[in-house]
Amino acid sequence: MKLSKPKFEIERDPARCVECGVCVNQCANRVHDWDPYDENILSEDINCVGCQRCVHLCPTRALKVLPFASRTREHGLWTSNVINEIHLQADSGGILLAGMGNSRRQTVYWDQILLNASQVTNPSIDPLREPMELKTFLGRKPPLSRGNGEFADQIYPQLELEVPVMFAAMSFGSVSLNVHKSLAQAASNQHTYWNTGEGGLHSEVREFRNRAIVQVASGRFGVSSEYLEDGAAIEIKIGQGAKPGIGGHLPGEKVTGEVARTRRIPPGSDAISPAPHHDIYSIEDLSQLVYSLKEATAYRKPVAVKIAAVHNVAAICSGMARAGADILVIDGYRGGSGATPLRVRNEVGIPIEFALAAVDSRLREEGIRNEVSLVASGGIRSSADAAKAIALGADAVYIGTAALVALGCHMCQSCYTGKCNWGIATVNPALTKRLNPEVGACRAENLLQAWKHELAEFLGGMGMNAIESLRGNRLMLRGVGLTERELKILGIKAVGE
Amino acid sequence: MTTAIRRVKARSEFCMGCGLCRLACQVAHSAYPLNIVKAMKTGEKPVARMSVETSADGMDFRTVRCLHCEDPECIKTCISGAISRDEASGVVTINEQKCVGCWSCVIACPEGSIIGPGMGRSKAYKCDLCLSREVPACVAACPNAALLLVKEPAAGVVKSTNGEG
Repeated sequence: MKLSKPKFEIERDPARCVECGVCVNQCANRVHDWDPYDENILSEDINCVGCQRCVHLCPTRALKVLPFASRTREHGLWTSNVINEIHLQADSGGILLAGMGNSRRQTVYWDQILLNASQVTNPSIDPLREPMELKTFLGRKPPLSRGNGEFADQIYPQLELEVPVMFAAMSFGSVSLNVHKSLAQAASNQHTYWNTGEGGLHSEVREFRNRAIVQVASGRFGVSSEYLEDGAAIEIKIGQGAKPGIGGHLPGEKVTGEVARTRRIPPGSDAISPAPHHDIYSIEDLSQLVYSLKEATAYRKPVAVKIAAVHNVAAICSGMARAGADILVIDGYRGGSGATPLRVRNEVGIPIEFALAAVDSRLREEGIRNEVSLVASGGIRSSADAAKAIALGADAVYIGTAALVALGCHMCQSCYTGKCNWGIATVNPALTKRLNPEVGACRAENLLQAWKHELAEFLGGMGMNAIESLRGNRLMLRGVGLTERELKILGIKAVGE
Repeated sequence: MTTAIRRVKARSEFCMGCGLCRLACQVAHSAYPLNIVKAMKTGEKPVARMSVETSADGMDFRTVRCLHCEDPECIKTCISGAISRDEASGVVTINEQKCVGCWSCVIACPEGSIIGPGMGRSKAYKCDLCLSREVPACVAACPNAALLLVKEPAAGVVKSTNGEG
């Protein structure tokens, strides 16, 4: 006996349903089925993941996907969810899998932080009338204290962003090639960067290589000298927010011809990224990899190191900066993934807001903040989150989930099934064609464009005309509903102070 | 009413087989072109002037619709003179009043794009390119931009009828 029950129920309005069959043919989970005998459509709710594909495509809005109404008896500790999860594990004996980032209702600290604006004593600026500078350079900067008053003799390679928002690493295989095409085109048009993730650079997106950050992770998939040469920057992934301390596993059935070729592994083989880099057991080892990659590319590309935000993040980032990393990427516990153990996703790691503030403070104390760039990632939902992150000390932010949502993702968190009805987290050719990269690129570019406008509005409101003036400017932030200690770690004052 | 050359370009690589183009076609050619529910639920179901095909493995989809060729087989084979081609726009249409339902055109069309017998139909139907609309209904309905309206004079004119237009 299996005790799992549906998460959703389907409500079909027979007065509106015209039996066109779009719900039937668009559901890869086979929820809707045409019954030729009774000549109607039956819906098997237990298969429904709640992706809303049918709801959106239904031309008469005859469908509703609602939470399954039948709940267990009310209990503060033993909620319906908790009981469902235990039943699932009792049925299967396995680790619970999930997609996307931490789903728990914990405080979102971005929402407890408020931005400032100019009134009377200093004028605000209208970004529609005055130039507004969002240009950001990522990479190593020369030390400040030169002592002799001379200009820096060495300029390091930099990434030049017209908007301080980049697309986060999502590998080809975990997402479809059309996602890469969409994001690469959008990043290219808006002069920012996209990230290959650990899955190689497909030949069809190679034309966008000067806007690509190529990732080197523990499986080293897709890495070659050509790949390193192709990227505008190289990112070493140590960890990711959705699964700190956990490796990756792309099951063999997803390693189809194209994915295999791009990853440089045999088709059908499991692509397993180990939990650690087997050659990195210390900051010194990390330094070796950083400099190996710099040597391999003749010091012409910045090297980033990405870690998940964990308890000791400030000390680790200080080590990374000293190990030669030019860009430090911190991925908070809200960061997404195509597949992660549910428990790890929800229980491991710390919020990006605290990690970012702690790292920025630590690097400042040590006098090396100005030498490296800091990128915040993991749960950035809007331009407001991005503005707050920059004020807390980030140079730029990465968006992964938000970018996928722009492409159609509805957060059903079932990426690991490979049956993404929106053609995003799948390599099934029948599904991937649902994301036309021309449409996708336009949507992703619109998102960047919109955030760019909003960032300019925030800056103008604060009387600033360059994002530089907001960077690390925690005086522009106030906390509401936070404890004394939280305010102290964030390095911000409370509202009214 | 526009008579400029226009054609629908189908990009099967982006066709996901949802069939919304077919439904839009049915509705556009019904008694209630502005109301899907009424169009589909009042009286006889309207006839779509096109179809959507799925490959045997279920992985590929394509729309089948009249390509409005330059020298159409259907006109040559029509026994009642119901099919004609407008010289200016190149649009091939069936005059429903004249059609006697012999299905010769259905057999003659190498593209298989004329809707023949079935569901009690007694006349042949085919794409009229929705000349009275700004954009053909199928193009407007496609959620993935797999159907495009092309307006360049040369682009749409198809001589050979093999392959998708």
